[in-house]
Amino acid sequence: MTKLTNLTIAQARDKMAKGEFTALELTEAHITAMQAKRSLGAYITETAEQAREEAKASDLRRQAGQIGALEGIPLGIKDLFCTKGVQTTAASHILEGFKPPYESTVSGKLKAAGSVMLGKLNLDEFAMGSSNMTSYYGKVVNPWKSKSDPAKLLVPGGSSGGSAAAVAARIAMGATGTDTGGSIRQPAAFCGITGIKPTYGRCSRWGIVAFASSLDQAGPMARDVRDCAIMLGSMAGHDAKDSTSAPLPVPNFEAALTGDIRGLKVGIPKEYRPDGLSDEILRVWEQGIEWLKAAGATPVEISLPHTKYALPTYYIVAPAEASSNLARYDGLRFGQRVEGKTLDDMYKKSRAAGFGSEVRRRIMIGTYVLSAGYYDAYYSKAQKVRRLIAEDFTKAFQDVDVILTPTAPSAAFGMDENTDDPVTMWLNDVFTIPTSLAGLPGLSLPAGLNADGLPLGLQLIGRPFDEETVFKVAGVMESAANFTALPEGV
Amino acid sequence: MIIQGDTGDWEIVIGLEVHAQVISKSKLFSGAATDFGAEPNDQVSFVDAGFPGMLPVINEKCVEQAVRTGLGLKAKINLTSVFARKNYFYADLPQGYQISQYDMPIVGEGTLLIDLADGSSRAIGIERLHLEQDAGKSIHDMHPSKSYIDLNRSGVALMEIVSKPDMRSPEEAGAYLTKLRTILRYLETCDGNMQEGSMRCDANVSVRPVGSTELRTRCEIKNVNSIRFVQQAIEYEARRHIDVYENGGEIRQETRLFDSAKGETRSMRSKEHAHDYRYFPDPDLLPLVVAQDFVDGIQATLPELPDDKKARFMTDFGLNSYDAGVLVAERASADFFEQVAAGRDAKMAANWVMGDFFAAMNSGDYSWEKPPVSAVNLGKMIDLIKDGTISTRLAKDVFIFMVETGKDPAIIVEEKGLKQVTDTGAIEKAIDEIMAANPDKVAEVKAGKDKLMGWFVGQVMKATQGKANPGMLNELIVKKFQE
Amino acid sequence: MSLDKKAVRAIAELARIEIPDEDLDHLAGELSGILQFVEQLAEVDTTGIAPMSSVADLTLPLRKDEVTDGGQVAAVLANAPDADDGFFTVPKVVE
Ligand SMILES: [Mg+2]
Ligand SMILES: [Zn+2]
Repeated sequence: MTKLTNLTIAQARDKMAKGEFTALELTEAHITAMQAKRSLGAYITETAEQAREEAKASDLRRQAGQIGALEGIPLGIKDLFCTKGVQTTAASHILEGFKPPYESTVSGKLKAAGSVMLGKLNLDEFAMGSSNMTSYYGKVVNPWKSKSDPAKLLVPGGSSGGSAAAVAARIAMGATGTDTGGSIRQPAAFCGITGIKPTYGRCSRWGIVAFASSLDQAGPMARDVRDCAIMLGSMAGHDAKDSTSAPLPVPNFEAALTGDIRGLKVGIPKEYRPDGLSDEILRVWEQGIEWLKAAGATPVEISLPHTKYALPTYYIVAPAEASSNLARYDGLRFGQRVEGKTLDDMYKKSRAAGFGSEVRRRIMIGTYVLSAGYYDAYYSKAQKVRRLIAEDFTKAFQDVDVILTPTAPSAAFGMDENTDDPVTMWLNDVFTIPTSLAGLPGLSLPAGLNADGLPLGLQLIGRPFDEETVFKVAGVMESAANFTALPEGV
Repeated sequence: MIIQGDTGDWEIVIGLEVHAQVISKSKLFSGAATDFGAEPNDQVSFVDAGFPGMLPVINEKCVEQAVRTGLGLKAKINLTSVFARKNYFYADLPQGYQISQYDMPIVGEGTLLIDLADGSSRAIGIERLHLEQDAGKSIHDMHPSKSYIDLNRSGVALMEIVSKPDMRSPEEAGAYLTKLRTILRYLETCDGNMQEGSMRCDANVSVRPVGSTELRTRCEIKNVNSIRFVQQAIEYEARRHIDVYENGGEIRQETRLFDSAKGETRSMRSKEHAHDYRYFPDPDLLPLVVAQDFVDGIQATLPELPDDKKARFMTDFGLNSYDAGVLVAERASADFFEQVAAGRDAKMAANWVMGDFFAAMNSGDYSWEKPPVSAVNLGKMIDLIKDGTISTRLAKDVFIFMVETGKDPAIIVEEKGLKQVTDTGAIEKAIDEIMAANPDKVAEVKAGKDKLMGWFVGQVMKATQGKANPGMLNELIVKKFQE
Repeated sequence: MSLDKKAVRAIAELARIEIPDEDLDHLAGELSGILQFVEQLAEVDTTGIAPMSSVADLTLPLRKDEVTDGGQVAAVLANAPDADDGFFTVPKVVE
């Protein structure tokens, strides 16, 4: 029999329905695995006891015939989602010890669907990063090892690095992520799993620690496309508590996995081949195009002319919103305080001690671009360019049904690489950020390994609220890719 | 108002920013209650306390109230408006920003007519009205080294109503605030209670030599909590500016506080920071769009406003400007008056309402919901005067009994036997008795001392316990002496 | 745009983050680098383009005026580093 931790959500669901094992057994297997793999640093807070209780309750519900879509499935929750009574840190020192008196809408919906929470997953501090190196609670290690240098510690990507590592290492069947500029898709690609950032407005932001409100979106990270579809079905839906939540019904995403993509047009943006893009990435992208052609879809070259400006636009918009969103961390009502002689003294000391360097840097950039005399040149300009970027996609989607691109410009890199210059670091998100700025759904799935044995991801981008087409095409690609490689120790 | 300085005449330029608390059950962006006087932090949602992940959702009533107020100020309603964040750090601002409106407020330009003591009126421009959240409250006197923070007010909806710099004297500023409060109360969009802080005023004051049209540096006096103090603060501040200029100094733009005990303004230490609010559209809130139908619907339910009511009272009831102005100052007093005056002598109704009735109202624990005398009874009492059942003099007694018992005036007249004596024979008999008892005084009158006739009137009144019809009594006494 | 130490100090002041003097130079360099990077937006022609503050193609939803929240002093104060007598507390503010 396969190890319980190696099942997909769909498999576990079907086996539990047949009575092959209980939620408690499934949960216990994951708790054991979670505790055995603490060296990955994937969890900030483990909630094993609570998980057992939830699993028992799930088994009782099952006996009573109440079976939710994720009944008894053990999940990890990114520590950016507020969880009632369970410490929620956003990976920041400033929130250490904070126990929200409320449950985020998305984690609450997952609970309501019957799932079990194993713990709170590590991330980049306040979701700011692409490497999961900025967490106050320690770096997350990518469970994948490079063939050429197995001793080298690789980053899992970020900011949902704990989520990606946990799913890849089989210490959670699935996890929640959040994506502001690529924070679901890039770590999914680095860890060889599947993740989707749905359309902005598809999942409620209520109860998720805000980074950049106009970009933040929650989404599932799981082992395959079907699991993502199942999870998203439970996470999505209109929420009157979030004014930007779309008042739309939630489609049956799993039902979209028909395997039939004949006649679909797939856009291949010519601007996604920047100078110096590795041959490996280009090759896996070409491969993806071939798979789609073989399945009866038609590749169409498209142009997204403002692509080049997405990164600078993002690095104005996101820090600007963050500088304001993070003003509430002031040592007054929750979290860590450093005493001061005056109120301002207390603010400055608490925030200096509570925020790490990347967060401080982004708050300062954001403060600057909004300040008097610079607003028009930076913030307002970026918001205009953002419209042009969004319009590029609108135009492209007049001709195609979905767009295929690489997820990231490289495979997972070493913890000691790329981290000295912020701008170089940000280039990791060059393929994911345009989608975020346009609010579109973007899915990353593993498409192959590089020469060093590390996973590479491809990204599918859809029309607003057309996650179904994205899932359908992703399902076909997943079958074609037949990605069966596993990280070390799984 | 012109202030004579050492170097010449100066004029004051005043603009007012009023923060009016919107009447609504719950807050602008959360479901917490807005009642005054709750226990500290008891009316606080996690949204109001700026907790992680909390998001604002706007209250439709507050939008409606802002539009209603805009219409009452004859202002332009902007069908699309935008909420922006005003970023600054303060202990009672939990989110680190105030959600306000910046370059696209819900209400644009309007006007407000102020009524001055000399009976004239003047139009003051309204620059804009926008919706925003209130902050919490910092209490500085509960602990030697700490300030205490209560977030009950945090997130309560405010309308910030900004005037143009059109006022030229403390009196005009007072008249503006009085009128604005009247309009808000008519509209039932703000209760106008300055003591409880539901209406607060910031005054922008500058001065300039008479004849000059430039605007000089202004100072903002924050949060003055009565109309009288606003006027004092403006006057003090204007004289301070003139002093500074006349001594060769310059005024620095700053925020000042009014110390009502000393009657002075002083620089606010906590506001010395260079401010840079970094306004930007709140990404948690989408543009607020109201339909023209929605606006028209509110317009249709607008009450008659004080200016129109005053004009109508003057034309329909023949009241003078002053009386009409006093009666329309409160919608309830105007309604009360109209009920009393309906089908009656309006001037007489106005005198009774503004005289004995207002005096009674102010002398005890009364309100418009619980007046000392009902409009129906006051009207009936006026009818009793008109039909001669009681004299005006007796009516004063009837009024007092009405206040004490709440009874119908006709029943009081009956029970207390206050019916006026209109029987000629009875009055004549009383006159004869007084004349017979005072032959010397009768002689004096007959000798030409006419003034003494008043003494006889008084004596007869006394003898009849005030019930003699005064007109008949006067007439009969004159007749008796001519006999 | 290149930021000097003075500018960085002013930004830190606005953001209420204490920065030791010895860090100012390094930070000024980093922030200047970021600004230089984002300044390439200047080459984009945005004449006549309205700023896009949200991708949500919606207008603001309105909620009913009902009291649905509050009455939870203990929960509101539970995470406070320092609270007294039902209040949050801070170092004394002089107005
Ligand atoms: Mg103001
Ligand atoms: Zn204001």
